[in-house]
Amino acid sequence: MAESTYIERLFQGFERRTSGGMPLWADVILIPLVSVALALFASGLVVYFIIGENPFRAMSIMVNGAFGSAYGWGYTLFYTTNFIFTGLAVAVAFHARLFNIGGEGQAYVAGIGAAIACLLIPWPHWSLALIAVTFLTGLFGAGWAAIPAYLQAKRGSHIVITTIMFNFIAASLMIYVLNNIFTIPGSAETASVRFPEATHLPNAGAFAGFLGFRSSTPLNVSFFIALLAAVGVWLLIWRTRLGYEIRAFGHSETAAVYAGISPVKITMIAMLISGGLSGLMAINAVQGESEQLRLDFVAGAGFVGIAVALMGRSHPIGVCFAALLFGMLYQGGAELAFEMPAVSREMILVIQALVILFTGALDNMVRMPMEKLFMSMRRGAS
Amino acid sequence: MDFMTILQLSDSSLRLATPLLLACLAGLFSERAGIFDIGLEGKMLAAAFFSAAFAFLSGNVWIGLGVGILASVALSILHGVASITFRGNQLISGVAINFLAAGLTVVIAQTWFSQGGRTPALTGDARFSEIVLPGAASRIRDIAQQEPMGQVYSELLSGHSILVYIALLIVPLTWWVLYRTRFGLRLRAVGENPAAVDTAGISVVGLRYAAVIICGVLCGLAGAYLATGLSAGFVKDMSAGRGFIALAALIFAKWRPWEALGACLLFGFLDAVGNRFQNIELLTFLSLTFLFVVLIGGIMLILRLVALLRGKASAGSLAIPAVTLIAGLVFAIGLPALDTSQGLGAVLNAIVLPVQFMQALPYILTVVILAGFVGRAIPPRAGGEPYVKER
Repeated sequence: MAESTYIERLFQGFERRTSGGMPLWADVILIPLVSVALALFASGLVVYFIIGENPFRAMSIMVNGAFGSAYGWGYTLFYTTNFIFTGLAVAVAFHARLFNIGGEGQAYVAGIGAAIACLLIPWPHWSLALIAVTFLTGLFGAGWAAIPAYLQAKRGSHIVITTIMFNFIAASLMIYVLNNIFTIPGSAETASVRFPEATHLPNAGAFAGFLGFRSSTPLNVSFFIALLAAVGVWLLIWRTRLGYEIRAFGHSETAAVYAGISPVKITMIAMLISGGLSGLMAINAVQGESEQLRLDFVAGAGFVGIAVALMGRSHPIGVCFAALLFGMLYQGGAELAFEMPAVSREMILVIQALVILFTGALDNMVRMPMEKLFMSMRRGAS
Repeated sequence: MDFMTILQLSDSSLRLATPLLLACLAGLFSERAGIFDIGLEGKMLAAAFFSAAFAFLSGNVWIGLGVGILASVALSILHGVASITFRGNQLISGVAINFLAAGLTVVIAQTWFSQGGRTPALTGDARFSEIVLPGAASRIRDIAQQEPMGQVYSELLSGHSILVYIALLIVPLTWWVLYRTRFGLRLRAVGENPAAVDTAGISVVGLRYAAVIICGVLCGLAGAYLATGLSAGFVKDMSAGRGFIALAALIFAKWRPWEALGACLLFGFLDAVGNRFQNIELLTFLSLTFLFVVLIGGIMLILRLVALLRGKASAGSLAIPAVTLIAGLVFAIGLPALDTSQGLGAVLNAIVLPVQFMQALPYILTVVILAGFVGRAIPPRAGGEPYVKER
């Protein structure tokens, strides 16, 4: 089993989260907050020294753009919805000590599922269409994760590389699909035809107009599906036998095997759930917002999921808050690119990278001094 | 499919294999020392941007190359700090470096050049020019008039930028460093059993940093070649997954330098076929692929024969290359001879592979290779594992 131990070793240091004498709140709240603060500070340095703009003004434009109006909130929560789905997807895989970088491709391919459900059947009501879209997007997302999962489980192929390759393959596949299968007759636009009126999801303007949302807001009912998914993931991971097996497997494969847990089964199931959750993102972006299948509708949300899961410590509550932060960064970043043309859209990618770096890879840099601090405080108290 | 087409395909395979090869050897040094590196992609991208930017600003490609290497080494050191000093997760560190490079290159490009995240086009001395070997023809019309051997010399061997030849020279150099020097022995040992290296009084941390920095230098060469040799300037995300393909090639090559050359040539070839044929008939595609199998099998056979004569290999090890060669030959000759008007030939000729399939081909092949249909890959034993001294 040389290959499986290869993967096992890739994750050493990842689960080594013994709280070393620290109270739980410091472990789950303080350290992520300090790490994110460091990441934002480093981003500020980039804005100041490389772009030559005032980082505090940039930050206030972002916060204002994201939270200053119902318009801003609509977009912020729309992006948050995407990131909750993709963040949960990465988190579930993390619990099984699997690193699913393929959320981008899984969500993209799931768009086909949404298009099939909306275009093939004349639905009488959006709620029925929503059920079908949820099922099919989940199925397509899981399907796209299935091959890397199988190769990981059975052949020990490095899942990080195979899922990245599947992102590239998905990009080519979708160009093919949008040029040859879902096309608008007589139009040069690479997109599917618009979905029928009956499949359109109610947006926040319809169900929360009293909060000031307009009918043009992208925020729609799939926000609640994302919250439901978060509750579902919490139940799955901490309240079911399967979740226990996933966590046990993630903690120690050898111990899990002794306990009669099948590595093949857990790897497959965890990755299928993960892919399915990524796929659900398409409900929000395809059925909810664009109401047609378009090129590049995922727009990096799959990758944001990695930062979200790391920052949220793979816990659904943490994932939701981290998703909100990134929703703010995405919406605020759009406003920022408008107000400060010198700051390009890719600045968000830099912030995302720094969050991954500080909350993930440089975790020990924050943790070690903190542990020392708490140790000395404890000694001082006794 | 004439001789010249095959030659041109081989020529562009070599060009396209070069960045993969440099990145693959970069990964080899890092992973042999026990540090997994998903961040090859990001380091290449950073080097591509900085080399193009500084080549443009200074008008001298060598200055660009130097700055590109520095940028790549800076990211390597970041990876080292995260994964060696702070014993963080090496995968996550690599992913962060990829995003950091993807974002920063465009942000800086936009600030400096305001051309939508690209550098201005490079001309003249700001690019690596093609070296014409002595006695070789350089114009396509002259080459076409030559004898076959002259064509091979002029088209395939001559006319590349210096980095292609450097990359090819780094293959034996890597072999020599790894297997014939004390440093190489220690490097391999630290990837297999760091505790033993530590016990012998040699610094694990120092060796691993050295490996990571060599990796940075090689990724820097790879990125600089992308932006100043293969194309004329930097464009957003121009590495296009090559760092990951190089990792797959590394696994395929079982972490060995000569095998890495073969694996990278294979991926370079697929890239070349994808570039040249937009919509290709399945029949042509299969014929080409088997032709390449013949080439690889032949090279492997010669290498094994040399090893056999030097008493370093058994006769049994000839079997696989020989079978590959013969099977490849049967198909490479048999397929083009099929009658395209009926039967199997007609079916294969009627199936046209879409351009998107050709573009996805290197990625699909990467998955196929990782699926291990090509033999077992056993990685360095201590790879990915942070070394804790007191354990």
